[in-house]
Amino acid sequence: MNSSIILSVTTFVYGLAAFLYIVSWVFKKEAPGKLALWTAVLGLAGNTTGIILRWIESYKLGIGHAPLSNLYESLVFFSWTILIIYLFVERKYKNRTIGAFVTPLAFFAMAYASLHNNSIQPLIPALKSNWLIAHVITCFIGYAAFAIAFGTSGMYLIKKRDTEGKSLLLKRFPKENIIDELTYQMIMLGFLFLSIGIITGAVWANSAWGRYWGWDPKETWSLITWFIYATLLHAKMMRGWHGKRIAYLSIAGFAAVLFTYFGVNLLPGLHSYGAMGQ
Amino acid sequence: MIKKANSPDTISRVWKFFTSVKLTVVLLLSLAVTSIIGTVIPQSGTASEYFHKYGELRYKILSFIDSIFNIFDMYHSWWFQILLLLLTINIIICSIDRMKATWKIISVKVPPFNVSKFRGLEYKKEFSKNSMPDELEQIYKPVISRSYGYSRIEQTDSGFCLFAEKWRWTRIGVYIVHLSIILMLLGALIGSIFGFEGFVNIPEGESAKKINLRNTTEMHLLDFEIKCEDFSLSFYDSGAPKEYRSSLVIIENGKPVLKKDIIVNDPLRYKGINMFQSSYGTLPPREVTLSFTIRETGMEYKKKAAINKPVEIPEGLGTFIIKDYSSSAGFKGHNIGEAFMGILTPKIGNPLNILLPLRFPSFDKMRKGDVIIAVASHNHEYYTGLQVTKDPGVWVVYSGFILMIIGCFVTFFMSHQRLCIEVTGKGNRSRVMVAGTSNKNKMGIQRKIEILSEKLDKLVTAQEDRLKAEDC
Repeated sequence: MNSSIILSVTTFVYGLAAFLYIVSWVFKKEAPGKLALWTAVLGLAGNTTGIILRWIESYKLGIGHAPLSNLYESLVFFSWTILIIYLFVERKYKNRTIGAFVTPLAFFAMAYASLHNNSIQPLIPALKSNWLIAHVITCFIGYAAFAIAFGTSGMYLIKKRDTEGKSLLLKRFPKENIIDELTYQMIMLGFLFLSIGIITGAVWANSAWGRYWGWDPKETWSLITWFIYATLLHAKMMRGWHGKRIAYLSIAGFAAVLFTYFGVNLLPGLHSYGAMGQ
Repeated sequence: MIKKANSPDTISRVWKFFTSVKLTVVLLLSLAVTSIIGTVIPQSGTASEYFHKYGELRYKILSFIDSIFNIFDMYHSWWFQILLLLLTINIIICSIDRMKATWKIISVKVPPFNVSKFRGLEYKKEFSKNSMPDELEQIYKPVISRSYGYSRIEQTDSGFCLFAEKWRWTRIGVYIVHLSIILMLLGALIGSIFGFEGFVNIPEGESAKKINLRNTTEMHLLDFEIKCEDFSLSFYDSGAPKEYRSSLVIIENGKPVLKKDIIVNDPLRYKGINMFQSSYGTLPPREVTLSFTIRETGMEYKKKAAINKPVEIPEGLGTFIIKDYSSSAGFKGHNIGEAFMGILTPKIGNPLNILLPLRFPSFDKMRKGDVIIAVASHNHEYYTGLQVTKDPGVWVVYSGFILMIIGCFVTFFMSHQRLCIEVTGKGNRSRVMVAGTSNKNKMGIQRKIEILSEKLDKLVTAQEDRLKAEDC
């Protein structure tokens, strides 16, 4: 039993949870929803165990480090944070249709991770720092919150299209203003942690390379993401900028998150350690 | 009607322009979209690098755009700086404009409460108890004053009103965030004016006093010398780099003042100047040992050689002289790595160019000459690549960082909450109304009121049950 096997199984468990949430929503049955919750919790347990075990395994190999150093490890951690935040959301808002729009994201992240090299590699000199842990964790909590906001913004737009309230499927969604409120809460959480993530990245960069900001593509794209969400937070104060426009900005913001995470590896710069297969 | 260009009128119009949140939205989106350009077009490259990448036509077009808009270094371009400047002015003016009203609310000595406002709230909780108002007052006052920083009781005709509030100060949260941004930009400005960023390559055993500044051909003279006593390199079994380590000594006025081994992520700092392990390189080895294998006899001879110093080939087969060294020599279109180039002058015949790759000792066999030459051994000589920087603005930026985190937390997750518990007596019973407001997060305050109301209800029930038990 090693961490790779546990994490592979977790991928399927998350997929099952997502499926059950969707079934519960579409067929309006309580039971698959409850089962979905327990499946998700089981998946989270596997995810947690996998991460801890991998950490231990790296020490056994003599190259001990926190499992946050490459694409595989970061995707596994990303799924973990999405689940943790989602479980808090389900507890507070008590509506499982949200699960149908959020847990698939965790499943996709784990599934995408499984396509990549999962061998434990030693840290190259640039990554040998405690700042690695602070920076990666805070960034991914931010990304996870934005991912959930992306899911709920989708729900909002879908619900908005049904102007006459005729759709039986959408009746099970939370009320529009509640979805809007949840999206806003997630974006505030995401914005706080993205800010801390960018800041810890800057302090780390300054202690390693002598400059806290160099406009390299990864840094710049994280700032672009930050600008988009800052726009959203300010646009809320403007008349006529609620609901739909906010939802679109939230989706644009998440597109920027994805580009910051994956897209920059296709561009030249110092951050390419996060690239595929490395 | 003739409009006069009145000074105060223009100033107030400009001021009004900068108080707009719409302007903020436009500026933030502009910064977001234009920043994309600099990630798609690599920044700070040389002309030849861009020419190579884009080809003649596209390079010509981009070059022309660059001459006006500086897209090859767009984050330092005039138009990007203007956007940042406009945003800064927008932040400052918006904050000053709205801060006045906020300060008035925060600095109030005795918080005003209007019970009818609370009564009129859509969301409030009500319940009845079998106790008198003053009994409830005794129970509720300590409970409320424990969780709310400010509370007071106002007596009414039929009972009392308990008012409480907390975290009034958190209304300045957003101004803390704005101030933090100003500090970051200020720190960056200080750094760009009074600081520098450069690099220097120091071969082992040598020292340097001048450093190359980034993005220019200028050199900067330091007050002290940096000496590299040793550079060492280690690898993992997989071939990936494990550690680059330089042993550095700071020499001031001819005397060593500080010694430190630096590795990536652990720099040397002295007098505000920071020296980082950034890269390294190999230097042409000064001396090598060549092996000469005579084809006829099969004998191998070893001889020491240095660049540009001719060496006699054993058994009278001519002379050989090393002319050059390359760390990435090419042969038939392939990069064969480190290699020496030399000229073999045989006793009879024309001189020949010889290539001696360090990775392939049998390379010279292909020539099918009388003698096979190879490099038997050489010592590795390195230079260490250091990034040298100075940034007096960095602590201003860091203070901005801390304020940003605190400011975001206060703005998002703390609010000014106000509570009103109105107790009206009717005979032997009391009617309790629990209501509250918050300047943010409506859903949150509603939940809080629900929970508080249940708690207050249960507290009285517990008290009433105890009294009943005592009576029996």
